[in-house]
Amino acid sequence: MTEQAKEQEWPLWEVFIRSKAGLDHKHCGSVHASDSEMAMEAARDVYTRRSEGISIWVVPSNAITASKPEDKESLFEPADDKIYRHPTFYDIPKGAGKM
Amino acid sequence: MYGDTSIQKPIEIAEPTSEEQARLEEIFQQKIDDNIKIEPQEWMPDAYRKTLVRQMSQHAHSEVIGMQPEGNWLSRAPSLRRKVILLAKIQDEGGHGLYIYSAAETLGTTRAKMIEQLQTGKAKYSSIFNYPALSWADMGTIGWLVDGAAITNQVALSRGSYGPYSRAMIRICKEESFHQRQGYELLLTLSRGSDEQKEMLQESVNRFWWPSLMMFGPNDADSPHSAQSMKWKIKKKSNDQLRQEFIDATVPQAEFLGITLPDPDLKWNEERGHYDYGQIDWEEFGNVINGNGPCNKQRVAAHLKAHEEGAWVREAAGAYAEKQQKKQVA
Repeated sequence: MTEQAKEQEWPLWEVFIRSKAGLDHKHCGSVHASDSEMAMEAARDVYTRRSEGISIWVVPSNAITASKPEDKESLFEPADDKIYRHPTFYDIPKGAGKM
Repeated sequence: MYGDTSIQKPIEIAEPTSEEQARLEEIFQQKIDDNIKIEPQEWMPDAYRKTLVRQMSQHAHSEVIGMQPEGNWLSRAPSLRRKVILLAKIQDEGGHGLYIYSAAETLGTTRAKMIEQLQTGKAKYSSIFNYPALSWADMGTIGWLVDGAAITNQVALSRGSYGPYSRAMIRICKEESFHQRQGYELLLTLSRGSDEQKEMLQESVNRFWWPSLMMFGPNDADSPHSAQSMKWKIKKKSNDQLRQEFIDATVPQAEFLGITLPDPDLKWNEERGHYDYGQIDWEEFGNVINGNGPCNKQRVAAHLKAHEEGAWVREAAGAYAEKQQKKQVA
């Protein structure tokens, strides 16, 4: 590797944007920055050039704990056979009115 | 195209080394066939990962290098209106590069490694940016033809199988539309201007037409290893398919501008329902891609210069962050 590639990379930050009041922040990408202030400025420049947001979160990527793809079955499959957790599971006669 | 790798040596696909691996490959292909997107941490064949890293990094490099031909004209824009438009467009190109670098990093490569490969010539970028922008009309032609060709390609890529790449493409496509429209509007203005301006317009289109068609890469018959990318849905349409789509959409726009396209064989084919077009000069394409275009050396040198001249800024920001962190600990 050359000298440039050896130059230490700035930490990676994940960027979350709230597009308008009333909506959740949503992940949209990442930026490299030396600190949180710079990450915020970079996120603004990269991800909100066209009024895509009214609020930004930047989070150090290494602070995120993510579920592993191989744990998908044990984590999420148990919910698949619990159809009684959904309102459509229950038959309510029309006569009972709106419910 | 921007990230087309069909002229490069294909990445070798290893035979599965165990039953377990064969099973994983089968599950993977089934997901692709069922149009389920592949997300970062999931199992994927090595060659799929490598093909994507190469394509995405080269796509990102194209966006970043693409800022250069336009940057040359910022100080010579004929009005403030045109200047702010051009500035916004160039900033977008930089942003597009960053979206794709960010998506490529989810595959385990680093930003520094990708940049190094660009600067050492190991990675390529779109051949189109090795042509110079010689007149103000080129600012319009690049938007109309080059970004137009890019949109054709990127709309197809936005339906690709890798989640982060596909999401970056969707975002980019929304913004590229502004790029193409501002370019066409610029050319329309010239087409209503003086004889000199009309001539400038025609001359610019004459230079950019063929290189724009080359952006889609070699003819299908000459890109045999595209098949694997199609199977993995990294590529959704073939080079010739995309090129035809672009030509069919562009010819009527040229007619509306009142210009001619520099191809005597270009004509509507009623039977095919498409425009026929002439032979592309693949020798020129090969030369430009392999480093002998008009601006290859200049483009990489300019990137390297900016990178090196910015080294002290990166150092200073790093030192500042470290100091702040120590203060917090104390």
